Amino acid sequence: MATFQRHRLTPWLLLSPQLAIVAIFFFWPAAQAVFQAFYVEDPFGLGRTFVAFENFTRLFGSAEYYRALGITITFSISVALGAMALALLLAVLADRVIKGANGYKTLLIWPYAVAPAVAGVLWVFMLDPELGLISAWLGAVGIDWNHQLNGGQAMALVIMASIWKQMSYNFVFFLAGLQAIPRSLLEAAAMDNAGPWRRFWTITFPLLSPTSFFLLVMNSVYAFFETFGTIDATTAGGPGGATRTLVYKVYEDGFIGYDLGSSAAQSVLLMLLVGLLTLLQFRYLESKVQY
Amino acid sequence: MRYRRPGLDAISHILLILALLAFSLPVWLAIIAATHDQSSLYTGTAPLWFGDQGLDNFRAILSEPVARLGTDVARLLFNSTVMALGIACGKIFIAILAAYAIVFFRFPLRRLCFWLIFITLMLPVEVRIMPTYKIAADLNLLNSYAGLILPLIASATATFLFRQFYMTVPPELLEAARVDGAGPWRFLRDILLPLSKTNIAALFVIMFLYGWNQYLWPLLITTESDYMTIVVSLKRMLSSADNLVPWQAVMATALLAMLPPVAVIVLMQRYFVKGLVDAEK
Repeated sequence: MATFQRHRLTPWLLLSPQLAIVAIFFFWPAAQAVFQAFYVEDPFGLGRTFVAFENFTRLFGSAEYYRALGITITFSISVALGAMALALLLAVLADRVIKGANGYKTLLIWPYAVAPAVAGVLWVFMLDPELGLISAWLGAVGIDWNHQLNGGQAMALVIMASIWKQMSYNFVFFLAGLQAIPRSLLEAAAMDNAGPWRRFWTITFPLLSPTSFFLLVMNSVYAFFETFGTIDATTAGGPGGATRTLVYKVYEDGFIGYDLGSSAAQSVLLMLLVGLLTLLQFRYLESKVQY
Repeated sequence: MRYRRPGLDAISHILLILALLAFSLPVWLAIIAATHDQSSLYTGTAPLWFGDQGLDNFRAILSEPVARLGTDVARLLFNSTVMALGIACGKIFIAILAAYAIVFFRFPLRRLCFWLIFITLMLPVEVRIMPTYKIAADLNLLNSYAGLILPLIASATATFLFRQFYMTVPPELLEAARVDGAGPWRFLRDILLPLSKTNIAALFVIMFLYGWNQYLWPLLITTESDYMTIVVSLKRMLSSADNLVPWQAVMATALLAMLPPVAVIVLMQRYFVKGLVDAEK
C-alpha cells in the first residue's frame, strides 16, 4: 500500500476527534466500570469501600442472577432461532419465484427500520388483554391472554415483537446468500434426481453456513442489547422478573436500586461475554477477508 | 431449467403474501386505531376499519401538549431528528478522518491507535451505561443535544467500514496523485471523498436508523421533556396506572416515530442493502 510518510503531524490531526471521543466516552467509563466492580458504594455517594471480589461472589451466589441468565438464554435463543428460521424460509421462497424476489424484499425490509421500543408497543396493542385483536382470537380458542399477570405470556410477547423486527435483516442476508449460489450446482443435482428437499439440505444449506454464522452472532448481539427498548416499553422486566434479562438487570440494579457495585460487576461480566462473541466474529471476518 | 415445478411456485407466492400480510398487521391496526377516538376504541376488540377521526388525532398530538409528556409530539420529532442527524453526520465525519489516517499514513503508534479504536466495536453502550452516565453528568451533558449525540458516536463501526473501503482503493491512485504534487488534504478532498460517495450514503442510512431508534441512552440522560425523543416518549404515554391507556394517541405517536426511519430505508434501499452487505465483509 502506498502511503504518505513525510507527514508527522497530519495523521494525529486526522485521528484526534475519534481518539478524543473514544477516550472520554469509551475508555474512561469502561475503566470506571472495572474499578467500581471492586468497591461497594453507599447509595448517597458519600463514600466507598474496597471489597475485592465480593460483588462478583455475591452475584454468583444469587439465585436472581442465575434466573436472569436463564431468561437471557431462553430469550436470545428463541429470538435468534425464530428470526433466522422464519427469514430463511421466506428467503428460500422468494429466491424460488425469481420474478418478484426483489419486490418481496422491498415489502419485507421496512420492519428493520422500526425502533425496538416501537415494535414492542405495536405488539402490546395487538395483545392487550382488553381490546387486543390477537388476544381476542386467543380467547376464542380458549387461551386466556394476560401478559401483565402471566410471566410466560409476557416472555412470548417480547420474543414475538423482537422476531418481528429482526426478521427482515436476516431475510436480506439470506436472500443475498441464496442468490449467490451458482445455479449450475442446483441444476446438476436436479439432473441426478435430487428433489427440492434434498437439494436444499445437501447444497443450499451448507453453502449458506457463512451467512448463517454471521447472522447468528448479529442476532445474539441484537437479542442481548437492542431488545432492551422492547422489554422496557412493554413489560419493564415483569411480571415478577419474568422478562428481566441480564442487561435489564444492570439497568435496574444501577438506576433503580442504586446498587452501583453490583451493577458495575454485572457490566464487567457482560463485557467479557460480548468480548467473547466479538472475538468469534472477528475470527470469522479475518478468515473470510484476505487483503 | 427442468427442475422447476410451477405448482411449488404458486405455493411460494401464496406463502410469501401471507407472510407479508402477517407482518403488516401490527402497523395496519396502529393506523386504524389512530383514526378512532378513545370511546369507540374501548367498545370491544380493536377495530379493523377506519374510524371517524381522520387525521384529528395526529393534529392534536402535534400541536397540543400530550398528557404525561408535558410537551407536544412535534417537539419530540424535532429532538429525534437532531439526535439522529447529529449521530449520523458526526460518526461519518470522524470516521472518514480516522480511517484515512490509519490506512494512508505510516506513523509511530499506528497499530496501537488502530486497536484503541476498534476495540470499541466490542462494547455497546448498554454494557457501560452506568459509568457513561456519570461522566455525562460530570461534563454537564444531561438534558442537552450534545449529551444525546456525543457518547453514541464513540463506536468505531463507521471507521471500520471506511477502513475496509479505503483498503480497496488502488495504490496507483495515490502514487499518481503524489507525482502530480497533491498533498494529503488534496488527495482526501479531490479523490477519496468523491470515490466514497455511495459508501457515505450507505453509512448515513445505517447510522440514521441507529440514532433515531436509540432508547436506553436518551431515556437516562433526558429528564426534561424538552429534550425527550419520540421513541422514549411512548413508554411514558403507556404507563398510566390511573386511567385507560389513550391508545389512539399512543398509536398515532408510534406511527410518527416509525415514519422517518421507514421512509429513509424504503427510499434509500439500494444504499442500505449495500451498506449492510459491506458491513458483513
